[in-house]
Amino acid sequence: MLELKNVSYQIKEQGERPVKILSGIDLAFPDGTITVITGQNGSGKSTLIKLIMGLEKPSSGSILYNGEDITSLSVTERARLGFTTAFQQPVRFKGITVKKLLDIACGRQSNLSELCDHLSRVGLCARNYIDRELDGSLSGGEAKRIELAMAIAKGGDVFLLDEPEAGIDLWSFADLTKLFESLRGKTVLIVSHQSKIMEIADNIVLLDKESAPVTGSREKMLPLLENRGGLCAARQGV
Amino acid sequence: MEKLDLELLMKIADLHGIPEGSYNIRKNGKSLGRASTEDVEIVPKTDKDGIDIIVKAGVKGKSVHIPVILTAGDMLDKVYNDFYIGKGAEVTIIAGCGIHNDTCGESRHDGVHTFYLEEGSSVRYIERHYGEGAPEGKKEFTPVTKAFLKKGASLYMESTQLGGVTFTDRLTTATLRAGAKFTVREKLLTNGTDKAITRFKVKLLGKDSSVDVVSRSVARGSSYQSFISDVIGKNRCFGHVECDSILLDNARILSTPRIDAISPEASLVHEAAVGKIAGEQLIKLMSLGLTEQEAEDTIIKGYLQ
Repeated sequence: MLELKNVSYQIKEQGERPVKILSGIDLAFPDGTITVITGQNGSGKSTLIKLIMGLEKPSSGSILYNGEDITSLSVTERARLGFTTAFQQPVRFKGITVKKLLDIACGRQSNLSELCDHLSRVGLCARNYIDRELDGSLSGGEAKRIELAMAIAKGGDVFLLDEPEAGIDLWSFADLTKLFESLRGKTVLIVSHQSKIMEIADNIVLLDKESAPVTGSREKMLPLLENRGGLCAARQGV
Repeated sequence: MEKLDLELLMKIADLHGIPEGSYNIRKNGKSLGRASTEDVEIVPKTDKDGIDIIVKAGVKGKSVHIPVILTAGDMLDKVYNDFYIGKGAEVTIIAGCGIHNDTCGESRHDGVHTFYLEEGSSVRYIERHYGEGAPEGKKEFTPVTKAFLKKGASLYMESTQLGGVTFTDRLTTATLRAGAKFTVREKLLTNGTDKAITRFKVKLLGKDSSVDVVSRSVARGSSYQSFISDVIGKNRCFGHVECDSILLDNARILSTPRIDAISPEASLVHEAAVGKIAGEQLIKLMSLGLTEQEAEDTIIKGYLQ
């Protein structure tokens, strides 16, 4: 079980007043569930993922994994603990090939068949990509798919995917949701606005700048998200 | 050859011993071995130190090894090598110099290489510089490369210097006639108090001539690098110079571009980027399980690959 207890995060530029991004968040993600995190722009979805992965430190509160406080663990320590993330914006590397990055993700040298497996799951043909550098020569969609392939290659127990569908053409959406389905059994958190991705979720978390997150099962949350009035009632605990 | 000689040859030219084909191996200012073939002749100069490398017209797929090693301190080795590449010939030249200086003195190699490429000829020129030995010993290079490319000739130059060299001042000049193509790939790593200066001056005289220079460097410690490029376009031509550098610790990098489009049909581009390793690159690799140091090493290694 992954838990956030009273987690707050604020940023403060020098000479500026602090800006609250997340305030007193309590959330629990049971083992083996797929949760979609949604909410308006600026509601703190990406920040939540960064806090869980250790890319940012909470201003207060704690993050627990299987009952242990992991708030102070570094990114590397969390990665080795089984936390795996795919960034919203893929990072480019001059001179580092796709194969090398997948090898790093796996923690060992992969053979062609393994590389094919990782890349075909994101709709890419290994032969066309493994020797290419993950630099500006790849399109946004290709880089995004490789970002996901790295997460798949790394494996782990907790997957944190930040808008994994962004930049990927809609015709391959079905393959993408199939990919997320294949992670079933792991604890998967997906930041997304896409109803097709919400449809495969066990639970949905709606983040809001002004109020506490609204959480619930897909069956409960989907109708609420489609109905503003219902959403207001949910926020007010009606 | 001694074990140390072989180790240096391995590092600079991937040689396990005497190479096949034409070669000239120079050690501490003297020839350690030389061989010519019917296609590629190597002739020692009589007026000064150096050799003439003469590649016959139309020769295809041949390689020439001309490595230099220095294993003594207090030594200045200056050599003049001229390359005459016949019409339509295609050849790979593996040069480079390795210095092992265990003294506290200066060990320096000045290689002056002049290329004369006849029409339609093509040269792949690989040059690797390497230094090792006592930390206080100076390992220095001041290579000068001059290239004259006739119509349709092509020169690909790959220069690599990945550490151990305390001082370099590299000057490369090229003059290109119609349709000639000059490509440079430079990889450079400096550390400690190393100093490296790279200067390029390319004149694009002929119609549709082109130059493409890509320099990637990493400066660590309190080392200093200076990259100066000067591309002159006197005809319808294309020039591209890219200087990308990673800066670490207290190192300093100076990049000075100059492009001079004399012809209104010249298209010249210069790109330069100097900065630290992007934080997001470190974080991405750390999220795959690497430590910060491992991530940094991976990025630098890939960058200079």
